[in-house]
Order: sequence, then structure tokens, then C-alpha cells
Amino acid sequence: MLKGKHLIDPMDFTTGEFEEIFKLADQIIAKPEEFAHCCDGKLLSTLFYEPSTRTRFSFEAAMLRLGGQVIGFSEPNSSSAAKGESIADTIRTIACYADIAVMRHPKEGAPKVASQYSEIPVINAGDGGHQHPTQTLTDLLTIRAAKGELENHTIGLCGDLKFGRTVHSLIKAMSRYKNNKFVLISPNELRVPQYIKEEILEKNNIEYVEVERMEEVIGSLDILYMTRVQRERFFNEEDYIRLKDSYILDGEKMKNAKKDMIVMHPLPRVNEIAYDVDGDERAYYFKQAKYGMYVRMALIAKLLGVK
Amino acid sequence: MVTINSIKKGIVIDHIKAGLGIKIYNYLKLDEANFTVALIMNAESSKVGRKDMIKIDNVIDVDFTVLGIIDPNITINIIENEVIQEKVKLKLPNKVKNVVKCRNPRCVTSIENSIDHSFYLTDDEKGIYRCEYCDEIGNNSLLTNA
Repeated sequence: MLKGKHLIDPMDFTTGEFEEIFKLADQIIAKPEEFAHCCDGKLLSTLFYEPSTRTRFSFEAAMLRLGGQVIGFSEPNSSSAAKGESIADTIRTIACYADIAVMRHPKEGAPKVASQYSEIPVINAGDGGHQHPTQTLTDLLTIRAAKGELENHTIGLCGDLKFGRTVHSLIKAMSRYKNNKFVLISPNELRVPQYIKEEILEKNNIEYVEVERMEEVIGSLDILYMTRVQRERFFNEEDYIRLKDSYILDGEKMKNAKKDMIVMHPLPRVNEIAYDVDGDERAYYFKQAKYGMYVRMALIAKLLGVK
Repeated sequence: MVTINSIKKGIVIDHIKAGLGIKIYNYLKLDEANFTVALIMNAESSKVGRKDMIKIDNVIDVDFTVLGIIDPNITINIIENEVIQEKVKLKLPNKVKNVVKCRNPRCVTSIENSIDHSFYLTDDEKGIYRCEYCDEIGNNSLLTNA
């Protein structure tokens, strides 16, 4: 039963609860018209303390497509935060008006604070570099839709694996399903943090390898999850020049990939996926954005208890 | 070689990771003590290489939980009549409030004044505690004014 729950960390929900959301998302994708009024009269509040057009639009589109309405702010200067109001007080007030709240905040743990004081469900839409659970739900729904299951995959994660919260959450989430393996492709400086390897991968006996070049491993992957590598993250110019092309996926590299491998990316992309990949049927990143909206529709409906 | 006499009745906090002794000394406010206290730093240890050690020549009320958070390998001996009467085994609680302060400047605890600094145990063996809000490790950030 997900009614009334908060979603702050992707691990707040069991795999069973994830499945409940994914099954509803399947139904919404199949017959969206049947869900067009299930949130009639309900109000979603979007509390965005830092700008994020993509995530905010995804939530707003999700609520509007369920028949609900949206109130909120998209930057703190236009909110009570500018007057110095605490998160605790803001959410207690918002809970008087809205039925469910979505919060993005630059401070890590801010949505958790909100959930502790809130009488309505709170969804974390990104708290600094910490968690972004609806991105994880999006990623899982995309994999499930493309591959039919969340088990038995070799998942390549490529790019900045040190600072990328999306990647960390995905590793945690996919580690809960059987027989998944990870291929971690990054420059040495931007490897997955030690605690993720120790506390998640090694603790659960999950197979993983770390490599520097995508070319070496692309043929073994079922899923390739791309992220951006910023030039300034490299420790020296020499390494950047030596490795930069290895983190750019293009049509040439795709020739060596499996026929049913899917390419994912949380977006926005800069140059890490060349435009010549977009036409490839294995390119899933825009579909992924659409699954993101559907999974948010399912999540909102479940937390409100309307489905 | 520094010689420090054995104590008659009191507490010996032993096997403290070298460098952390002063933190415990400060936390227990031993600088304000009116009884004999010895803080021994960088002593040789066959078990851990270098260690710190605190000898307190008095029976004081010590929150052993806190010591475990600083370093779970610490051993505590209760002394009576110059012999060890009891060895206290540190048991780590699953959650601690307002003992450790989150030092992560990006953490919500840095702006939201009304909330507790709350940490949860993530690794039993290593005794690692993480902030409830941002997951930053907090073992070395004892809130001395708590």
C-alpha cells in the first residue's frame, strides 16, 4: 500500500512496491485516456528551490494528464524561502492547500526534512548531488519496458561515475534484482566511490569490472547508460586528451554493440552521444524521458491512493 | 619512555586510534577535571601499531556509546584496587542524535536550525555512521558542545 507514503530515497520502496508502480505505469501507457480524470480535484504543489525545467515539466505534465492541477514556484526568490522561512514551516503550510508535494532543493536532505513535518506525501525531485529517486524509477521502467525484465543484465555505466548521483542510485536499485552485472567505464579520477563498491556491490557479491575505455567492453553490454564527463573533472590535460573520445558514443562504436543493447541517458546531453546515434533504434534516451512522465503519473496516483 | 603510574579506582580507555585521544578528552571535558587524568598519545601497541590512551583516576559517568562512534575498536577497562574489574564491550546503537555533527556544507542541517543532527549505523564491523539527511560519514565530527 503506497497511499500516503513519501519517496525520498530510491531505496524507500521495496522491489514489490516498485513493481506496483510499474504495473500501473504499464496500464497508463496502454490506455492513457482511462486515467485522464483519476486526479480530478487534486492539487500537486511543486516546490522548486532551484531551477529544473525538465523535471518540473515532467511532474506537471504527469499531474495535468491525470486530471489534477498544479501550484508552485520554480525558484526560491519568488517564494517564502527568500524571507527566510524554514523548510519545516513551508511544507506545513503547503500541506494545508495541496494534496501532494514535489520538492527540489540544492541542500541534501531537504525533502527528507519536509517529509518529517508533512501531512501530505512528499516526493524528492532532486536534493543537491544526493538523491533523485524519480530518475531511478524512470530508468527502471525504461529497462523493464525495453528488456521485459529487470534481472540478468550486463549494465555498462559510462562517464563521470564519481559525482553522478543518477549512476549511484541506479547501481543500488539494480543490485536488488538477480544476476545483474556492472561494467563501470570511467577515467581513473572519476571512478565509482569506494563506499558504493564496498557497501553495495561487494557486500552483495555482485560482479563488476572497472575499465577506462568504452571500446573494450561495448560488445558485452545489454544496457549502456551514458553520463556527461566534464573537462574540468579531469586532473590533467594529458589524460583528458588521451581519453576524451572514449566517453563519446557515436555510430562507429555502436557497430560493435549488441543488436538489442539499449542506450540510456538522463539528459540533458552535451556531446557525449553523437547525433548520428539518435536515429538508431537502440537509442532510448528520448523514450526514457517519456517513461519518466508515465512513471511519475503512476507514482502520483499511487501516493494519492486514487489507483 | 614515559611512565605513568597505575590507577587505583577509575577508567582506562585503551586502543584509541592514534590522534583521536584528544577528541575523547575534549568530549569528556577532562580538561575541567579535579582528579588525575593522563592522556597518552602515540603509544606503541602490538595490536594497532600506534594508539592513544586515557587513564582517569576517578569513577565518572561515561557515555560509552559515543566512544564507539569515535572508534569502535576502543576498549574500556573499569579499575578497582588497581586491577581490572570489568571490560566494557562497546555496542553500537543503530541511531544517534545530536552526538555527531554533520560537517557537509551541502547538508540541509547547515540551514535548517530546528532539526537534530541524526546519524544511523551503516557498517557494524567498521562502526560507520552516516547522516540521516545527506549520508555523509560523521564518525570524526563529534559535537563537543552537545
